[in-house]
Amino acid sequence: MSIAFKPEETFRGDYSYRNSDAAVLRFPFPFPEDRYMYSVNIEPHVRSGPSDVFLRPFDVDEHYIAECRDKAITLERDPGRCQVLPHMMMAQWDTLELLMENLSADYPEQFSLIKEGDDFGSRWTWINRPLGIEQSFIFGNAETLPCEPFEYITRQAQGDFAICDQRDDNLFMDAGMVTSQADWSLEFDVGMSFMEWHGPVPLAHQTGVFERALKYLLMLRLGQPVRRLNWTMSINPRLDTSPESYPEWGPDRASVTPENAGQKVHLRVELQTLWRLPRSNAILFPIRCYLASLEDLARVPKWGARLHRVLSSLPPQLVEYKGLTRYLPAALEWLAQHDDGRELPVGTEAGVSTLAPR
Amino acid sequence: MIGETLTLKVAAASAISPSLRHLRLVAADGGKLPPAAAGAHLQLVLKGATRTHRNAYSLISRPGARDAYEIIVRRVPSSRGGSAFIHEQIKVGDVLEAGWPGNLFAPVRTARRHLMIAGGIGITPFLSYLADFAFGGADYALHLCCREDEQHVFDPWLAGKSGVSVHWDADGRRLDIPALLAAQPVGTHLYVCGPAAMNDEVLELAAAAGWPASHVHCEHFGSALSGGEAFRAFLAKSGVEVSVGEDESLLEAIERIGVKAPCLCRGGACGVCVTPLLDGEADHRDHYLSAAERETGRLILPCVSRARSGRLVLDL
Repeated sequence: MSIAFKPEETFRGDYSYRNSDAAVLRFPFPFPEDRYMYSVNIEPHVRSGPSDVFLRPFDVDEHYIAECRDKAITLERDPGRCQVLPHMMMAQWDTLELLMENLSADYPEQFSLIKEGDDFGSRWTWINRPLGIEQSFIFGNAETLPCEPFEYITRQAQGDFAICDQRDDNLFMDAGMVTSQADWSLEFDVGMSFMEWHGPVPLAHQTGVFERALKYLLMLRLGQPVRRLNWTMSINPRLDTSPESYPEWGPDRASVTPENAGQKVHLRVELQTLWRLPRSNAILFPIRCYLASLEDLARVPKWGARLHRVLSSLPPQLVEYKGLTRYLPAALEWLAQHDDGRELPVGTEAGVSTLAPR
Repeated sequence: MIGETLTLKVAAASAISPSLRHLRLVAADGGKLPPAAAGAHLQLVLKGATRTHRNAYSLISRPGARDAYEIIVRRVPSSRGGSAFIHEQIKVGDVLEAGWPGNLFAPVRTARRHLMIAGGIGITPFLSYLADFAFGGADYALHLCCREDEQHVFDPWLAGKSGVSVHWDADGRRLDIPALLAAQPVGTHLYVCGPAAMNDEVLELAAAAGWPASHVHCEHFGSALSGGEAFRAFLAKSGVEVSVGEDESLLEAIERIGVKAPCLCRGGACGVCVTPLLDGEADHRDHYLSAAERETGRLILPCVSRARSGRLVLDL
């Protein structure tokens, strides 16, 4: 499968990131109904779903090269975005193996993995053609890579990654590569337990969502990854919306008007998957971020109307928690023109196969 | 690396003692197996003449092995039949169905030291621990308590490993567990796997010696099994009755007869399959219902829960 990469686009400065029509149509729109509330919306991460982003366990799209470059910029400025506690080395190799095996199997034109054996001590060669990388190394020997295995492979993957160590009937965020986060800090969360890092989320604690989710994840099976979608909104197509860089993007929230909301306001959808890792018994938590402007989304009539309704009826606590307070009225005013009040079918599918011209 | 079931072929089988049989299992299609962790187990589907057994056995192969899985099975006179089946029926070349490896007994990676106490065949999970600790350079000690005549049975897997002591029931050879527990440095994690009486004794001694519960671990195979006693369920709306077998869930039985039931996680967490229970007493195994909801006896999650006794009537 060939992918038409857009290596020059940017996620900062001039924000030249754009979605092709195909990228809009495959956007993982997260709202099956006109109202949104937290739930344990976890389902098996199978190779199918309402969007093409579900066809492969680790989705690679047209933004791959540009996203890897943006990640490198963020890491250069703040190396603390990648942190791994010392007891996580086995999980680091698990992650490298999982990503290399899946990417090379699903995208053979872009990635190759040549192994002389499967065990620790075997020589492996990894070829990443989009990024122009060829690396031979000894699986299990971190000295043979330019950096530790988790950082090495997650620098070459879209999205963020956390690894949760499982012990004492709990999960602990003991490793992470976090450069495209929705305003949370790995520096702050690293080492925290499941309830601790979810502490700030409003409303969901009272309904017991996190107790159930934790119990479920503790039983997560090898070979049976699960997924869920989460969402928020961002001004401009910016990946690095971290607390550490807040001064660079926070003020943009004040720049939204009903006239420019269509271009400036982006729906930010996270495809979160959870994988039991084979050797370490830890859980890998990839968080793959997809961005689409309101203008992009409104080109799919069902999505424009539904987004208007979801945002109109969002509980005030969620508006505040997701940081929408300042610009939500402008976004709603812009979206209203795309909502004629007709009944919308349940489900997240686009319902169209081509988009109206821009 | 996505999948649920494996088709395995018996590549080698040998008696390593009169009551212990060692099996080497490979992928039937000649491909690679999923890697597994220290402490992992394999659930084998053993199709006997009268019934199918699903028994879980610790993997003793090195963690991450993809060429073969190895297990050691003790013949248990009072077993449900699975171990007898493995000892009497299975031969090289046989094909077996298995689930992907699961793990309810992984080593704790933050431990400063690992202290393992094994009773006989209970050594099996620790054989994979040893290979794992060799990779990570962890500090550990393994104490094997066994019959005198079995003291060398596990030598092939212990050769070259330091930190292993063998004990049996003779003067000067018995393991002094209280003394052992008292001598451990702070930050040690204790793992025990053996006969139930031995497990209980070690757990009690550890508690008495002031070990925090979070640092004491015991292998419980039972919780890996989702089945249980067979029972019957009547689906009131559909007007059909279904027999739920020992090895299937209520949800699977409902699906088998073609009745549509909503579900999502199939693990008792999401609550999507919650169904009104009109009659009968449920054995609740989910993580979803509150204690109060369980008390009322009006709801059930058929993906994991079963009948405590008799027949269930579901509003489905």
